[in-house]
Amino acid sequence: MSDRRYIAEPQAAPKVRADEQAIDLSPIVHDQVATTTCYMCACRCGIKVHLQDGRIRYIEGNRDHPVNKGVLCAKGSAGIMTQYSPARLRKPMKRVGERGKGEFQEIEWDEALQLATEWLGKIRATDPRKLAFFTGRDQSQALTGWWAAQFGTPNYAAHGGFCSVNMAAAGLYTIGGSFWEFGEPDWERTRYFLMFGVAEDHGSNPIKIGLGQLKNRPADNRAKFVSINPVRTGYSAIADEWIGITPGTDGLFVLALVHELLKADRIDLDFLVRYTNAPWLVVDAPGTAGHGLFARDDAGNPLCVEASGTIRNALEAGVTPRLIGDITLPDGRTARPVFELMAARYLDESYAPERVAEQCGIPAATIRRIAAELAEAAFEHAIEIPVAWTDWAGRRHDTIIGRPVSMHAMRGVSAHSNGFQTCRAIHLLQMLLGSIDCPGGFRYKPPFPKSAPPPAKPAAQVGPMHALHGLPLGFPTAPEDLLIDPNGAPHRIDKAFSWEAPMAVHGLMHMVIHNAWAGDPYPIDTLFFYMANMAWNSAMNAPDAMRMMSDKDESDRYKIPHIIYADAYFSEMVAFADLVFPDTTYLERWDCISLLDRPISDPDAAADAIRRPVIQPDRDVRPFQDVLLDLGARLKLPGMIDGHGKALYPGGLKDYIVWHERRPGIGMLSGWRGHDEDKQGTGEPNRRQLDRYVENGCFWRGEIPEKARFHRFANRDFFEWAIPRGFLDKPQQIVLQLYSEPLRKFQLAAEGHGTRQPPDHLRARVKQGFDPLPSWYPPFGAAADSEGYVLHAITQRPMHMYHSWGGQNAWLRQIQARNPLFIARKLGERLGLSDGDWVWIESPHGQVKAEIKQMEGVNQDTVWTWNAIGKRAGAWNLSATAPESAKGFLLNHVISELLPPQPDGHRYANIDPVTGQAAWYDLKVRLRKCAPEEAGETAPTFDVLETGLPKPGDDLAYGAEFRAHRLETGRGRA
Amino acid sequence: MTSLPSHPSDRKLGLVIDLDICVGCHACAVNCKEWNAGGHMAPLTDYEAWGDSPSGVWFNRVHSFEAGEGANGRTVHFPKSCLHCEQPACVTVCPTGASFKRAEDGIVLVNEDLCIGCKLCSWACPYGAREFDEDVGVMKKCTLCIDRIYNENLEEVERVPACVSTCPVGARHFGDLGDPKSEVSKLVAERAGYDLMPELGYKPTNKYLPPRTGRAQAGCTGAPAKPLTEHPVDSTGNKLLRWLDRALSR
Repeated sequence: MSDRRYIAEPQAAPKVRADEQAIDLSPIVHDQVATTTCYMCACRCGIKVHLQDGRIRYIEGNRDHPVNKGVLCAKGSAGIMTQYSPARLRKPMKRVGERGKGEFQEIEWDEALQLATEWLGKIRATDPRKLAFFTGRDQSQALTGWWAAQFGTPNYAAHGGFCSVNMAAAGLYTIGGSFWEFGEPDWERTRYFLMFGVAEDHGSNPIKIGLGQLKNRPADNRAKFVSINPVRTGYSAIADEWIGITPGTDGLFVLALVHELLKADRIDLDFLVRYTNAPWLVVDAPGTAGHGLFARDDAGNPLCVEASGTIRNALEAGVTPRLIGDITLPDGRTARPVFELMAARYLDESYAPERVAEQCGIPAATIRRIAAELAEAAFEHAIEIPVAWTDWAGRRHDTIIGRPVSMHAMRGVSAHSNGFQTCRAIHLLQMLLGSIDCPGGFRYKPPFPKSAPPPAKPAAQVGPMHALHGLPLGFPTAPEDLLIDPNGAPHRIDKAFSWEAPMAVHGLMHMVIHNAWAGDPYPIDTLFFYMANMAWNSAMNAPDAMRMMSDKDESDRYKIPHIIYADAYFSEMVAFADLVFPDTTYLERWDCISLLDRPISDPDAAADAIRRPVIQPDRDVRPFQDVLLDLGARLKLPGMIDGHGKALYPGGLKDYIVWHERRPGIGMLSGWRGHDEDKQGTGEPNRRQLDRYVENGCFWRGEIPEKARFHRFANRDFFEWAIPRGFLDKPQQIVLQLYSEPLRKFQLAAEGHGTRQPPDHLRARVKQGFDPLPSWYPPFGAAADSEGYVLHAITQRPMHMYHSWGGQNAWLRQIQARNPLFIARKLGERLGLSDGDWVWIESPHGQVKAEIKQMEGVNQDTVWTWNAIGKRAGAWNLSATAPESAKGFLLNHVISELLPPQPDGHRYANIDPVTGQAAWYDLKVRLRKCAPEEAGETAPTFDVLETGLPKPGDDLAYGAEFRAHRLETGRGRA
Repeated sequence: MTSLPSHPSDRKLGLVIDLDICVGCHACAVNCKEWNAGGHMAPLTDYEAWGDSPSGVWFNRVHSFEAGEGANGRTVHFPKSCLHCEQPACVTVCPTGASFKRAEDGIVLVNEDLCIGCKLCSWACPYGAREFDEDVGVMKKCTLCIDRIYNENLEEVERVPACVSTCPVGARHFGDLGDPKSEVSKLVAERAGYDLMPELGYKPTNKYLPPRTGRAQAGCTGAPAKPLTEHPVDSTGNKLLRWLDRALSR
């Protein structure tokens, strides 16, 4: 072999016999293995933790688990390093220095709990809403939301308002479900998969498993994967086609596809008539309070009209409704079908591919081709599976028809001020193709579908010492449901369910600090955060968030009087708390992944899970959920004490999981309920329930019968399965809401109807945002073009990190410890920027400094970076000069929670006007090259945070002890 | 210098890595790290773990790069570990016999007791697959999870390298590439699997499956979809009339 490159000629050298080293091929792996649920991101995969002498030897995916089926991502595999992170808090702490400095005194749990009880007790006795309780990346919202309700404060939410509430809300109001936790593509059967944007940690392992399957289909059953994303990384890298769309224009692109499909009449009319409100009549009476609402009979049923002109109850089985044409109602008003309004809207030439191409950054021919490919997959490759089922009206069908087109979207679409309507547009496209809950299409996961929207309304404060009459979060369907006082002032500190954000079904965590600081709409007393890094990457405008939390009034008192924080690690937020509750890690506690919360079901089964302690804490820490129940008992909250005032759940969350009943028979877990342990969903509490979960790998999965797995919005077999399990209340068809009457009711108020109307400065926004048909308008951030802010700036989550948690991890930070600003190579050439240059990223709100990296696979007008890599110096017990703080940066620094002032000085919140979703992907910026002396380090930077925790050593030889152990026990190499 | 087995068996255990579906998630790299940190060559030392230049010993790393220009280019995620070459220069260059290739399955290993840390092997390996543990002073590398693949303490289904068992997309396959009838060999044949830098002549055992191409302009069948044609509009020009007579019952 002439081309072999030896360093020396082997034959010439003396040979050493290859020592076939004696190797123990079957070393011991563990002395104990325990199943539990991962918490390294939001995915909630099943894991097997291998332990040796109480230390974690290895964590792997649980093969039997419905979420991950044995695989495990980089984050989950790095759990060992998060478990042993030097940033772990050790003991409760009381602030002794100024806020933000990180000067604390460690205190005993009794003192910490007494202090909190004292603060919260006073609030509850006077004005419970003065407690604002927001819980970040909490996976126990079924408990925390209930706790807030028992306390009596409406001021509760988790981080959904920041993340993807647009997606969840648009889906729930439209199809009674959404993506990710609500449903997923039928990976096995779909022939065409459209993925819009994506947060690569949401449903990450299921999506990866699905994509792998989809791409490896045999030639005669191929599927195409199209990724619509300004950036070509991660999933987009393996797409068959990548479409580098301009941020914030996805809705316009989708409606252009709708235009093409309507123009060619390539839609599933049968599906629309049977399962959507397409035939329902909409009143046409401009200027009146009924204009745009559904025509209804005396019983409130929506109406449709048959070809004969007969007006019928649109919910009846067997009606043959007309889809086009006016009809005069008995009361003399004119009405026309939803379908006609819809078709007329999108056939308009303003949605023609040529007209949207430039705005979307997608050639018209590409839009036309994608529309043709969608139609081809849906209609020429329709699937018919021979499973008999019974529809809502009791009619039996021998087969199930599938339109094998599926879609998925998450934050990239959601985090825009037009995100709600964009998500509605995606669901419209699905409905037109008939690809909802069918073979090959999008499929719900139990407990979904629910009615569109689900029936719960947000509950208002009752008064001192009273629980709410419901849960703080819910689904308003008309202005009457808003939480506002007679002059329109919001009840909630975050202004959720007010005219600023009427359908804020996940709250607005991102507005809490600002509003609490400003006393707008009212001052509060205590800000109580759990697992939310609000002083850093979970705040838009992190520098101001820090300033507001440290700001004092004239009498030198903090404007936000008390801040309590619970977390397991010394994040940036810890420094701003007055009182810190140290949490356990995810491997040290009981937890409950409940169907009352964010389900982990799959399309064929309902599922829930638990976490259990697999190792004991070596610090004076307690699981936050136990602390919360303890606090509740000390405060004597209803549902947390018995008749004698004693704690109902002395064993903490573990007791609560088993014994708490939300309604009779319905508790936190669905599996093994009842005296005989044989009930699913509903049944008496079972004291052995957790044992059964542990025996089963810490999860429960209850399969849906085959006949009940599709068309679940109209499938009686499904109703019969879901109702006894408590997932549905009644065996009634869930009609998909192509045209949304709740939206129209809010829009009518903005047009001047009704007793509850938006204030004048919000009228136009409400009118525009609450279009009853899916619509598109430019994201509000786009207004900044005139001053040269022409570049879209977005972030992406690295697949190996979860928010700021990932960066403390000794292994994950070796993959990435700093983040550059990525720009298109051609943009770099135009701006005279090359790799390694440093720039100021300027927005109307501020500036941040970053290093440039050019790339090919990015939209030409878009710059982007990885989020949550940048850290405050010293936080997380990293070196004060670590790359995360010296070179890594947050784009959050240049995003404001408020838009720039209007001519009259008013500043709108930087949110979607429907849901209040933080519109952080609306950001537009300009780049300015740094002066040479400015290059090399990021700015702004902040004082070094002194955590007071023991500093870790330099080198880490994790695992050496396991080898030593094998040698000692004779189970190592000879 | 160290010689290769004089009578190697036909077994060539190795990996097949599918570049068409690798999303670059680093699951394989980190799961490898955690298994092997406590495994046959433990530890896999980390330096400045929470400091200014975090780095460490990894047996498997994912490299990401772009090929081609603009929208027509491709982002490639390229996981790389020892390729367990048939002609491993890292073995033949070893002055002590520490580096060796197993006769029975072709796995290339390092015997740490014999390794003097001279790093000749890492110079000889063109793939950069060797990892020097500065702390211990010996060379380490991918063992193909030799402490898993035959391990009778593990269930049979678990006896694959950690990177294979954890890969979420299923882009990694393990098997006997010396057996043309094995699943991995069939996969390589079907998908035109290739050697990394074959011109060097080290005959890597691991194979890569190339990205599938030519699907961007096609529909779900792989052929172009028929363009949509506008539904005929009658003389009124009213496009809605096409649905006037469509009577469907619910």
